[in-house]
Formats: sequence, structure tokens, C-alpha cells
Amino acid sequence: MSEAIRFHFDVDGENFSSAGEASVTVKKKLRQLGYPPDIIRKVAIAMYEGEINMVIHAHGGDADVTVGEDEITIVLRDDGPGIPDVALAMQEGYSTAKDQIRALGFGAGMGLPNMKKNTDSLQIDTKVGAGTTVTMKVFL
Amino acid sequence: MSHGYLHSVSLDIEKCKGCTTCLKRCPTEAIRIRDGHAVISPERCISCGECIKLCPYQAKRAISDPLSAIRDYKYAIALPAPSLYGQFDNLDDIDRVLAGLLALGFSDVFEVAAAAELVSAYTRLYINRTDIKKPVISSACPTITRMISKNYPYLCENIMPILPPVDIAAMLARKKAKEEHPELHDEDIGILFISPCPAKVSYVKNDEGKRPLIDAVLSVRDVYFALLDVMKRQGDDLPELKSAGMVGIGWATTGGESAAVFNSHYLAADGIENCIRVLEQIDNSDFTGLDFVELDACDGGCVGGAMTVANPYIAQARLQTLRRYLPVSPNRPASEWIPDDFFNKQSVEYDPYHRLSPDRKEAMRMMREIEEIVKTLPGIDCGSCGAPTCMSFAEDIVKGETCADECTVNMRMLFHRYLEEHREASRQASMTPDKEDPS
Repeated sequence: MSEAIRFHFDVDGENFSSAGEASVTVKKKLRQLGYPPDIIRKVAIAMYEGEINMVIHAHGGDADVTVGEDEITIVLRDDGPGIPDVALAMQEGYSTAKDQIRALGFGAGMGLPNMKKNTDSLQIDTKVGAGTTVTMKVFL
Repeated sequence: MSHGYLHSVSLDIEKCKGCTTCLKRCPTEAIRIRDGHAVISPERCISCGECIKLCPYQAKRAISDPLSAIRDYKYAIALPAPSLYGQFDNLDDIDRVLAGLLALGFSDVFEVAAAAELVSAYTRLYINRTDIKKPVISSACPTITRMISKNYPYLCENIMPILPPVDIAAMLARKKAKEEHPELHDEDIGILFISPCPAKVSYVKNDEGKRPLIDAVLSVRDVYFALLDVMKRQGDDLPELKSAGMVGIGWATTGGESAAVFNSHYLAADGIENCIRVLEQIDNSDFTGLDFVELDACDGGCVGGAMTVANPYIAQARLQTLRRYLPVSPNRPASEWIPDDFFNKQSVEYDPYHRLSPDRKEAMRMMREIEEIVKTLPGIDCGSCGAPTCMSFAEDIVKGETCADECTVNMRMLFHRYLEEHREASRQASMTPDKEDPS
């Protein structure tokens, strides 16, 4: 069993236009490693949604992607406001995004549901006022 | 599919200074500087022509067939792209250009814009189908379809399966010639496309339409200069040759193809970097409710191709004037269904050229090595090593294509360290009294 590879990204909370760049980089790395297209797509979508969430709600944070031979783990960490009601946040269409964010085409309330849909496991550790850590796994 | 791909960029080694302009702007990182000049990896090249447009020394040129190709055929038919018309200043009638082509020695002309109107009509039928993947991505720009085949496996199915206008024009032009001149043999007829971009040259050379429909590709630039001469001698009594309308001419600029879909759920983008960003977002399923996507690799659309003469926005303004008094779309399809031979027989397939190794374990080992090497590099992406970024340099080292010594920044630091050590050693030597010194 060979050692997994870890990629670290800082997600800039100030810059909307750069949101999603970590996801593009991960996609490129996974292509180079020869992962099947459906796995790459799942990881890329989950990662993209997570990144956008961090930018919208938490002024950015950081992301660690660990690529192993039979699983890919994405850990997204932020010091944002936390999620008061996780069950509610997981509902499709539920969003607390402000109007100006929605005007940009974000905040449709599909972020967390899409992350869940595209991964094999999703764990949310959150504390109101302290921050959120989302851990997602995609198995091969 | 990628093996043996023929791109359409030639390099004048004498003129190439090995500067990093094209290296740094190539959207697929297909260029390296080796032995002092630019080398293109055919596998990665998408024939976008950016390097041709950017080269400050005009060392790069698009490869196209010479004008003399007209004389290779008993019956040569010109297929002018609509972007050709936008090259001329104060052109009042497209027939001037078409009559000029006949004067250059062509036996007939068939406007690509005329075929484009049929493609538009069939696109309208196609996007109303319920059994297809949306958004439908236009198949007109070969750079974009090649980009998708290399990077976006999930979007391959979104590419419209109808052949691009130039292939349809070639097919119909040949048919027309055979009907009008039954005495002609197949080999007597030459279909010569007048193209604004090298991507279409590559498309034809690599037979991406999967049928040899076009015999030669001339550049808009070469034809423009030849036409200037013959058009000067033209009178005002022009034959009625033009057959395309506003819709067909509109294809030359970004948004023209989309507008002709008569559906407001469309997106039209131009410039390869913008197109890549759009593709990334579509790939992340971030767009919904979109029916049609037009992506043009060149700024402004086909008028921005590397084989044109005029500034793309000036060409666009001229085309707007030319279009004004034309009928909307005089070329109408004969059927309410899409004819079989209008479909591309070969669908676009994913070509995973990125893989470091076919073996995952080996690829992972290489990736770990790449990540370790990157940490030792300066991260300023200067390009002096011959690779566009420190990351791609690390990849090249691991692939055995270059060596770490090529990093000039690290070498300079190493040099300074040696120099410092050398100075320190001589300082030490001057301070320690030499035992053999008699004084």
C-alpha cells in the first residue's frame, strides 16, 4: 500500500472570481494520476461546492485533499459563523445566502446537498461562532 | 486519437529567440523551449493559434495550402468563410469578393455562410429533442472540441453531432458540381476552404469530420491579398453570386451562431481563456437551464483567427454593415428532419493525455516526486527553464524530459553560495599565518 498524497489549498474569502480554483487544480492532479472520469467529477463537484460555501459564508478557509489508491478525502476547514441547524442546511433549496450573493448566481441552496450526493461519506463538525469542518470521502 | 496529431504551426528557427511569450500563454502548456527555441507537443496542442498571434518575432506561422492549389484541379470550388468578407474596407457588396474569387481562377464559389444557415435550422430542430444532453455545445470551433476531448470527458456528449458548416458546404458544393457538370470525375473537383484559422487546417488534415470532404485549406490572409489586386479591376456590373443572409454571415462573430438558434437560453463566449472558464463551470454542473453554448477560441469569434488580416472588432463592424440589407436566412433546409449525412459519423471521445503513467501506483510515485521537487523551486513561474510554470518544470523533470539544473534561479543561488564559500575560504586563508612563511 503506497502512501497517500496530500494537497493543501488556502481558499481566499475575499475573492469571488478565484473561488473554484482549488477544485480545478485537484481535477488536473486526478487526471494526471489516471483516476476514472466519474470519480474525478464527483470529487471536483464536491470540492467546488465546498469552496464556494466557504467563500460565501465563512470568509474563506483551507482545504486538504488526500489522494489514496482507494479513497479520496476532502477536508474543508473554516473559522466562520458555523451552521446552527445542520439538518435544515442539508435540505435542497435552503440557503441563508444574502441577496447580493444570489445575484451572482450562488446561494441556490444546493451546495451541501450536492456535496452529499457526490460523495460516499459526508461529516459536518460545526460550532456556532467557531467554525465548520466538512470531511468528505469518495471511494474508488 | 491523439497519436500522430498534425498541428498547423510552423516555426522559423532563425527568428525564434527562445523568449517565453508563447510558452507562458499557451492554454494547454503544450510549448517548451528546448535548445533555444519553441517546441510544440502535438499531443497537447489544440491548434488555437495563440502562439502565432503572440509571437513578437513573427517566428510562428500558420501552415496552409498555397494559392496555387487552385490549379491542381480541373474544377476548383472556393468555400469562403464569412470572416473573409470582414477583411475589406468599404466593401459594399459580397458579390465583389465572390466574383473576385472566380477571377482568381476558381470555377465556382459556395459560401460557408449558406451552409451555416442550414446548420442553424437543424440546430433548432436538434436542441428541441428530449433525448439529448444539455446544454448542447456548438461543434463549429475545432479548437474547442479538441479542448473538450482532452479535458472534459463528461462534456463530450454535449457536443452537437451535426457537422460544422464547412463540412456541409463541402458536401453540397461537390454535389452541385456533379449535378451541373456530369462529365466531371471526382478527382477533377477540388474543394478549397478559405479559412480564418489554423485550427480548421488541422481539422481537415487530421480528418476530424471523418470523411475527406475538403481537399485544401487556403488562408484568408493569402486570399485577401490576391483579391485586393483583382477587385481593383472590377467594374460595377457584378454577377449575382451571393446566397447567404444575415444568419449565415453572423456566424463569423461571437453570438451569431447562438442568435440563430432563436432560443434565449444560450451562452456565447470568446477567447480561449474565457471558454476554458465556462467549460470548467459547466463541467461542475454549475449552470442549469442552458440549452445552447457557443464557444469561440478566438477573440471576437472566427474574425479573430490567426490567418486573418483585420482587427477582429473592425471586421465585426464591417460585417454588421454588410449584413444590414441582406435577407434573414434565405437558405432553408429541404426537410423537417436532420438528414443522415449531416451528422458527424465520429463522436468526440475523451483522450486522457494527462496521465503520468498508465499504472496508478507509478503515477502516484511520480506525483509525490513532483510535489517534492516543486517545494525546492522558486515558484515565480519565470519560464527560463523552458517550461511555463515551476509545476510543469517539476513534471518534466520527473518525466525525464529535462533536469533540475535548468532552473536559472536556483542555479544563481547555488552560484552565489559557491562564491560566498570561496570568499570565506580565501579570507580564512589570508588570516591564518602560513607556517612555511619565513617571516
